[in-house]
Amino acid sequence: MVDSDKTMDQKIPILEVRDIKVDRGTRNLLDVPHLSIDQGEVLSLIGPNGAGKTTLLVTLCHLFKYFSGTIVFKGKQVGNELPVSQYRRKVAMVFQEPLLFNATVFENVAAGLRFRKLERQEVKRSVKESLERFGIGHLSDRSARTLSGGEAQRTSLARAFAVRPDMLFLDEPFSALDPPTRESLIEDLERILEDSGTTAIFATHDRIEALRLSDRIAVMNQGRILQIGAPDDVMNHPADEFVASFVGVETILKGKVTGKKMGIATVSVSGREVAVIGDYGIGENLILCIRPENVTLSINPSATLTSARNTFPGTIGRIVPMGLFHKVELDCGFPLVAYITQDAVDALSLCEGSDVAASLKATAIHVVKK
Amino acid sequence: MDLILEGIKKAFLLLVTLDREVLDITFLSLKVSGLATIISVFIGVSIGTVIALNEFPGKRAAVSLVNTGMGLPPVVVGLFVTIFLWRNGPFGFLGILYTPLAIIIAQSIIATPIVMGITVAAMQQLPKKLRLQILALGATRLQMVWMLIKEARLSLLAAIMAGFGGVISEIGASIMVGGNIKGYSRVLTTATVMETSRGNFDVAIALSIILLLLAYFINLVLTHIQQRERKQ
Repeated sequence: MVDSDKTMDQKIPILEVRDIKVDRGTRNLLDVPHLSIDQGEVLSLIGPNGAGKTTLLVTLCHLFKYFSGTIVFKGKQVGNELPVSQYRRKVAMVFQEPLLFNATVFENVAAGLRFRKLERQEVKRSVKESLERFGIGHLSDRSARTLSGGEAQRTSLARAFAVRPDMLFLDEPFSALDPPTRESLIEDLERILEDSGTTAIFATHDRIEALRLSDRIAVMNQGRILQIGAPDDVMNHPADEFVASFVGVETILKGKVTGKKMGIATVSVSGREVAVIGDYGIGENLILCIRPENVTLSINPSATLTSARNTFPGTIGRIVPMGLFHKVELDCGFPLVAYITQDAVDALSLCEGSDVAASLKATAIHVVKK
Repeated sequence: MDLILEGIKKAFLLLVTLDREVLDITFLSLKVSGLATIISVFIGVSIGTVIALNEFPGKRAAVSLVNTGMGLPPVVVGLFVTIFLWRNGPFGFLGILYTPLAIIIAQSIIATPIVMGITVAAMQQLPKKLRLQILALGATRLQMVWMLIKEARLSLLAAIMAGFGGVISEIGASIMVGGNIKGYSRVLTTATVMETSRGNFDVAIALSIILLLLAYFINLVLTHIQQRERKQ
């Protein structure tokens, strides 16, 4: 496991686990030697189906009887210094399915508060607040059975947030939703997580979702965490082949908006200026995703008059043959990957160490707000 | 044909004039079968829930046993309850054979597996993850179980209907352990059998109509609750 934890001024982690193992028969479902998460941090678990994301979340939430290892919450060992029942009341979990009760939306969101035996007025106030937060205040008296998929998942999230958990576990909460519904829910969740400062661990198989919501990403496969680190770090420097193939071979760049004009924003990335399409505020932090097939290479940039808005001089670090095309890894002050054909390699007589110009259209850059 | 028409005519007369004896028999039937149903709901739902929610060796055998019990012949139950309550039987000292209490015991034994079997099926139909979700919202184990019972309430209403329907209409056990004593342990079914064997078809028909109406009204009320829940 590659652990590139950011040393965030020596904060005490809110949750720290050691030697978590789940075995079923002879099969090892989960094996996590160490994982820690800081207060207010959002960690994404990404990986294919069956990677152990759900098992890890369920174990961290202490819903699984059959696991070995220790879970330390705010410096106290769960099940020892902190009883499991008390720990469960400090966390909440949302599943892929909304799993609503056959009752009104209000009663659903109130469930966690009622388990805690809160005063009626307090329950009413908290439920209302949580419903408003997720924009479903008007559904309060509706039966949960009559809700659409998006409304149901909002109710499920509101139910988890109503208990004001110190920590939230989210197991692919958007994967059953259609794209527009998913988009608006992700936007809201992003805002709510930020406003409430809730620490969250979020499982997904969607890289873009992970990029948008999280401070760190952990890539999982076969019950193990293969790599954990900042999103751009994991995406650009995959620890092994599996991580690389799973996160894709996109170039992921972090930058800050320095200027804007006519719907085109200028983003500063490691001192270079990159033009992207979109209306972003000056000073806003963005993540830029670039697919290698959109990058074109040339020897003499002034000679090629294309509509590409971005041209960066760079040096070829490595050329990797990949069957029909070659993968060219460039250093343009930031890492950049391009796919080019064998013909182009010959025509430009490219080799490792040669200087080239990389061009790409502003429209080819996928922008993720951070 | 006259026999039938005359019988029905007399039966309505008995019903309309609220014949004292017929009313007493009806109330006793309701009391005995109602109490037996309540007892079977307590035992059946709690044990059924325990079976449904826990994994243990022999679970399949236990569920099969319960399901077999759903078809327990009342006569067999009557026989064993009689033996147990017989003067020199294990519980003979209680002296409750041929009392309404004995009928309640026998009918509880008949209704319990019915309620239990439907409870097991209903609880097993709930999504497995629902349990995790309830616990993840901070519920204690007891709160979780109560929440699941609430979730399965529609099916549990069906269990109550089936249990009550089973005991209000059974005769074998009632006649064996109750003894069909006039004004004391005579219920609708035992009275119907007796009146029929005596050739008093009018009274028998009247009792049968009451039995049918009773079963109908109880189910009407429960169905009404169930449908209202569903529409919500």
